[in-house]
Amino acid sequence: MIPLGHILILSGLLFSIGVAGVILRRNAIVVFLNIELMLNGVNLAFIGFATRMDSMVGVIFVFFVLVVAAAEAVVGLAIMLEIFRNKETLSVDEINLLKW
Amino acid sequence: MDLMFYFFGGLAVLGALAVLVLRSPVYCALALVGSFFCLGVVYILLNSEFIAAVQVLVYAGAIMVLFLFVIMLLNVQAEARFPFTGRLPQITGLALAVSILTQLVGLFRSPLVGPKGVYPVERIAEEGSVEVVGQLLFTDYVLAFEVISILLLVAVVGAVVLAKRRVKSETGENA
Repeated sequence: MIPLGHILILSGLLFSIGVAGVILRRNAIVVFLNIELMLNGVNLAFIGFATRMDSMVGVIFVFFVLVVAAAEAVVGLAIMLEIFRNKETLSVDEINLLKW
Repeated sequence: MDLMFYFFGGLAVLGALAVLVLRSPVYCALALVGSFFCLGVVYILLNSEFIAAVQVLVYAGAIMVLFLFVIMLLNVQAEARFPFTGRLPQITGLALAVSILTQLVGLFRSPLVGPKGVYPVERIAEEGSVEVVGQLLFTDYVLAFEVISILLLVAVVGAVVLAKRRVKSETGENA
């Protein structure tokens, strides 16, 4: 029996690495990859709690998170394609149209 | 069983770290695929076979292939320098990530409270993981299920509209 704490620490590690990646990396696609990593960290916490609490709610929630992540990835990548066509770059330092 | 959890959990963290430090986006995406596979094994160890299968099929299979397609389509170059330099925003970012981790670990010490659910491991094993999830999806969560199908439709239409190559019409305006 794996202790719940260890599952949650693994999930916290994945989430924090994702946060660090989102803030530190400059390539927009890699930032996106790190967001997927954060979503997976959260999913792991949901699954851990679901098995330890004998509940299915966590599993159902992970299912919905997966679907939303898929939709988000599709739209996000389409936006990135459009940005690349207009600006010829994917560096988040140079995509600063909304910056004041 | 427990050893496998630590082995594959460690591999998943290694893959995540590779996503953080590798410079080429293609390597990053492949490292993330490996990390997702290891997480799939962890889900099996946690008695969630359905989620493990979906993780491998949808995440590692579909979403990451989409990412790789876009990376190759755009011919993204590797970042010129190693992402960590001594600049202040980057130090702040790393500090923020570490502080979030310490906060989370502190939170996880608190005991598990609340009533237990009605789906112990034995019942899921007897009825089957997929059957239980399907039963719940089409009874208790049927509204959310329908809403999410609309969300997927909107996402598909939105992606097509956004990614469609604009054809210049005769008047020179963007069609």
